[in-house]
Amino acid sequence: MYLNNIFSDPVRLERLSDISQSAWLPLLEGLVQYTIPLTLIAFVLGLILAVLTALARISTVKILQWIARVYVSIIRGTPLLVQLFILFYGLPTIGVVIDPFPAAILGFSLNVGAYASEVIRASILSIPKGQWEAADTIGMTYVQSLRRVILPQAARVSIPPLSNTFISLVKDTSLASLILVTEMFRIAQQIAATNYEFLLLYGQAALIYWVVCFLLSIGQGRLEHRFDRYVSR
Amino acid sequence: MISIRNLHKKFGDLEVLKGIDVDVQKGQAIVVIGPSGSGKTTFLRCLNILEVPTAGSVTIDDQTADFSKPFSKRQITAFRKQSAMVFQHYNLFPHMTALENVMEGPIIVQKKDKAAARKKAEAILTKVGLSDKMDYYPFQLSGGQQQRVGIARALALEPKVMLFDEPTSALDPELVGEVLQVMKDLASEGMTMVVVTHEMRFAKGVADEVLFMDGGKIVERGKPEDIFNNPKEERTQQFLNLIEKTDVI
Repeated sequence: MYLNNIFSDPVRLERLSDISQSAWLPLLEGLVQYTIPLTLIAFVLGLILAVLTALARISTVKILQWIARVYVSIIRGTPLLVQLFILFYGLPTIGVVIDPFPAAILGFSLNVGAYASEVIRASILSIPKGQWEAADTIGMTYVQSLRRVILPQAARVSIPPLSNTFISLVKDTSLASLILVTEMFRIAQQIAATNYEFLLLYGQAALIYWVVCFLLSIGQGRLEHRFDRYVSR
Repeated sequence: MISIRNLHKKFGDLEVLKGIDVDVQKGQAIVVIGPSGSGKTTFLRCLNILEVPTAGSVTIDDQTADFSKPFSKRQITAFRKQSAMVFQHYNLFPHMTALENVMEGPIIVQKKDKAAARKKAEAILTKVGLSDKMDYYPFQLSGGQQQRVGIARALALEPKVMLFDEPTSALDPELVGEVLQVMKDLASEGMTMVVVTHEMRFAKGVADEVLFMDGGKIVERGKPEDIFNNPKEERTQQFLNLIEKTDVI
């Protein structure tokens, strides 16, 4: 019925076209101002946290292992949206007030850190023991072994799963709309609230997310190719 | 150069080394032979503390590692700098070219000047016959070439002692010779070497002393001609007989 209405009603069709055209700019602004920075910053911070967590998990120090386990368990065992709500709406009740954007950065970084730590831990464990031994015998310290020998190889293994994390993160940032970050999806909601064209605006937002993720998957392919230069195929 | 006293190693309840005493003079090539499970690889790995011995001591040059006392990781790292290891499965760094593999230790660990380290790495690779393969990644090299890079990587550290853990066991038969030749050259240049191997011809031709290990102990030791032509212990005879039989087949 809806489709019939649109195509039999030139006035409405024109209105939709106008709304759509005028929506692109604010949507892209939301993308560039918030969605992309939020994604990038949270991913970088999350990745650093993930490497540290993974190293804690594989260390022989019991207390570090334990802290890492608890952290990963809490983050993986609770919904992302609930975590964001606790940070933004929950903490102010005990006097800790965080602005929307930093709260989102914090929430997403913690989230990426926990999930990616498992990826990185598995990647590190996938590197043969002989590589550690070779590094040992040429006199490397633990940190040198990691930095020069283990992590560069682990990075190659972890590109596909980490790309998954990254692409998920792009889309998950839409949840930040619920803690008042004016990222792309919140802008779509705001525009739709004024003209009730929900399908149109959410569809436009969905299209932009898809294009971004598509570009990222191309980037992933290139990155994999670059890292594959030292493996036989 | 090396003196090993009462070396013991246990894995859980399993005692793999039951008191080893060995002295190696500077410039000597020692070959360790023995059946699988005799503890010869564990023995070699203890010299580099890749396995931490349960008891005993190892002295290389003027540094002693006494395993009856507690010691730090830093001490292990310092002790390791005296020797370099060549592995059965090469253990090259796959993400680095041959040249980068050889330069890694001098630059990262010994903090040497990059240009000088590069020059030296090139010279060593040329010496092991790989002057035309310097920029190849390990996967682009044959097993024999990879193992020669492994030897070059160890040599670049200028160790006082070279340790070889079955360096030709993973190689196709036709590639064994090129690796043994490099090792033979090293021995004749006066490098102190401890070699665990199944290559009896190498033991006969190159070793200054042969150690026969079985059951976590050194059963017999002596000049290669004595061990191979006139073994005194029954277990040595049995082992050598078995090997000769397979040579005939």
